[in-house]
Amino acid sequence: MTGLALDTNGCPSGLAPPSGSDTSDPAAFVRKVGKQSRLSLTVRGAKCGGCLSRIEGAVAALPGVESARLNLSNGKLDIAWTGNLEPRRISEAVSSLGYGVAPLDTGTDDDAHKKEEQSLLLAMGVAGFATANIMLLSVSVWGGHGEMGEATRQGLHALSGVIALPTLIYSGRPFFKSAWSVLKKKRTNMDVPISLALILAFSVSVAETIRGGEHAYFDAACMLLFFLLIGRFLDARVRRRAWSAARDLAALASRTVTRISADGTPQSVRSEEVKPGDRILLAPGERAVVDMVIEGGESEVDESLVTGESLPRWTGAGMKLMAGSINLSQPLTGRATAAAADSLLSEISQMLTAGEQKRSTYRQIADKAVSLYVPLVHSTALLTFLGWWLIGGMGLREAILIAVSTLIITCPCALALAAPVVQVVAAGRLFKGGAYLKSGDALERIAACDHIVFDKTGTLTLGTPRLVSNEISKDLLADAAQLARASRHPLSRALTAAAGPGPLAQNVKERPGLGLEGEVNGVACRLGSAEWTGAKATGHTGATLYFARGQEKPVELRFEDDIQAGAAETLARLRAMGMTMEIVSGDRAEAVAEVSRSLGIDQWTASASPQDKVARLEALQAEGRKVLMVGDGLNDAGALALAHASAAPGGALDVSQSASDTVYSGGLAPLPRLVKTARAAKAVMLQNFGFAAAYNLVAVPIAIMGHATPLVAAIAMSGSSIIVCLNALRLTLNTEKQA
Amino acid sequence: MSGLVFLIPIALMMGAMGLVGFLWAVRSGQFDDPDGAAARILISPDEPLPDRKRAE
Repeated sequence: MTGLALDTNGCPSGLAPPSGSDTSDPAAFVRKVGKQSRLSLTVRGAKCGGCLSRIEGAVAALPGVESARLNLSNGKLDIAWTGNLEPRRISEAVSSLGYGVAPLDTGTDDDAHKKEEQSLLLAMGVAGFATANIMLLSVSVWGGHGEMGEATRQGLHALSGVIALPTLIYSGRPFFKSAWSVLKKKRTNMDVPISLALILAFSVSVAETIRGGEHAYFDAACMLLFFLLIGRFLDARVRRRAWSAARDLAALASRTVTRISADGTPQSVRSEEVKPGDRILLAPGERAVVDMVIEGGESEVDESLVTGESLPRWTGAGMKLMAGSINLSQPLTGRATAAAADSLLSEISQMLTAGEQKRSTYRQIADKAVSLYVPLVHSTALLTFLGWWLIGGMGLREAILIAVSTLIITCPCALALAAPVVQVVAAGRLFKGGAYLKSGDALERIAACDHIVFDKTGTLTLGTPRLVSNEISKDLLADAAQLARASRHPLSRALTAAAGPGPLAQNVKERPGLGLEGEVNGVACRLGSAEWTGAKATGHTGATLYFARGQEKPVELRFEDDIQAGAAETLARLRAMGMTMEIVSGDRAEAVAEVSRSLGIDQWTASASPQDKVARLEALQAEGRKVLMVGDGLNDAGALALAHASAAPGGALDVSQSASDTVYSGGLAPLPRLVKTARAAKAVMLQNFGFAAAYNLVAVPIAIMGHATPLVAAIAMSGSSIIVCLNALRLTLNTEKQA
Repeated sequence: MSGLVFLIPIALMMGAMGLVGFLWAVRSGQFDDPDGAAARILISPDEPLPDRKRAE
């Protein structure tokens, strides 16, 4: 049992890759309730029951923990404990199992979203109950047509009305509220015709019941509510999922910072609390959350997410450090130059806003359909009424009845379900395939894309170097790895990975920017740059280390950033879908050329600044191309926000993830599925709208002619809604077959 | 026809019981973590079998 827990890292079912152990101190997020301390963490990578029991087990085993419960659906881990357990130990317990973990600020927003979803679900339940029971009564009225006594019919209608009234008041609120709020602003939306149809159908039915008439539309009104609420509920669910995905990303950004107070004691605070001028301690392995100027210490920093440069940079007192850089070797102290919120390069945040503004002008297919639909329905109903009353010479009561039945039958059940059902089904498919959507309209935009712009480092490549020199003897490699184990430098890690487990050298010292020295089996050794080891540089342009053992001649170790496994195959599949592609990278020209050659991408740009990336995207858009941007760095964020649609890998910087429409994990493999599902979803959505239109073409003339009895309305409404839902489910079959 | 007088209330009562059950389920958070509930049923701690003789 314990053996299993120790040797597997991350999800034991292999559904999600293990995440890095980049934890921050959650102490600032602990809430005190009486004697109990409570903390909520967001856990990434937990996918199955095995994860659930391992994480809960590990946390519950900590001293003083009273309850630990992980919600597998949204990744929220709630912990309650008493005593003086350090919160840091909780997050370490989870991250040491191979899961990503970040403190969660349980704000009121979450509750508001949850409440909305829950109240819609309750309203739906009530409407469902009422529909079923009124239908029970209505069927007997229809079945007893011609035989049932008038008094019995009137009694059944009255009973239906008694059930329908509270339902309408309770379940109809979401529509009435929304319709009222837009009417006050003298505008209109989908909820106006819905509310009108509901109120009219109900009042006409009440009048008919009192008069002892043959037709009452109580069942139609409740059924309408029920179907519309299903659509509304699904829509709210998609939005909450998208929102909680965005919140999780924000949670990762709301890390804690170690601030050095005036008396010199370090203290863990939330990143939002950091003000420009605060002194900050950045431990090795920690990521800078705010822009800062280094005051003490020297170290190497990994800026690959900020600039796209794959090799670490030496940094020391007086140098600037951007938010997003990771400190690799020695502790650094610095002074914050900006608050966390302003800590992006200011140009990048401007680019983000500009891109987002451009994107918000995109109108969903559903919105377009509604704006066409509303005036059409209202004028049809009005014309029907006027036509029968003035020209047809019908009585006022009959004319109103026909007009109301037209309004009911055209009411957009199928239209309200057409998009949300497809979105829910598609998002569920993609989620299982390792990609999650951040917005509902992302599917439509991805479906329209015909050109992909890739970033190189961390997107097409793994972003971590790998040892490629084969001529090194095993014994020499093992000795070099003894030194390398002491360092967090990416090249040292690559060396350690190549050598496998082993002992650590004695008296290891790390000199930032130069290398390591120490004693391996009593022999003084050095690992690092050419000048540090006294080697002659060979002019190799890629990442290189030199290892000198005692007085022996230094050996050169070469590293390369590997291309993602299966990348060529994935790109071929994307090409087969009619996608063209190019690389725009901030890295050196040789590195980019190498990657593009091996992947067969003809078009590439190297040494591109964030502005260059945005400019390239604008140029493509001016050509009329719809671009899907795939990138992970801060330098891609502007381009990600500007692109027609964008995707970021799970390892991307928070800013880039929140600037993109989808976040995917597990290499490039989910991309073809993403495009395929998006295209299929769009096709199904259009089919659904087409179907809703065709349905109205058939149903409206029947209603106008005055043949839309409650029975016809019930069959037409439920029939069209069911067909639309079944059509959306077809998406599951399709993608399962192809993927 | 007089049967309706008690049959309809019975039908409505049964429906209402279902509705109350549903309202309770939503309010008490039964739908908060569908994935977790599905996974939890499979979690069982590995414990030694109970001693049969003593049980008898």
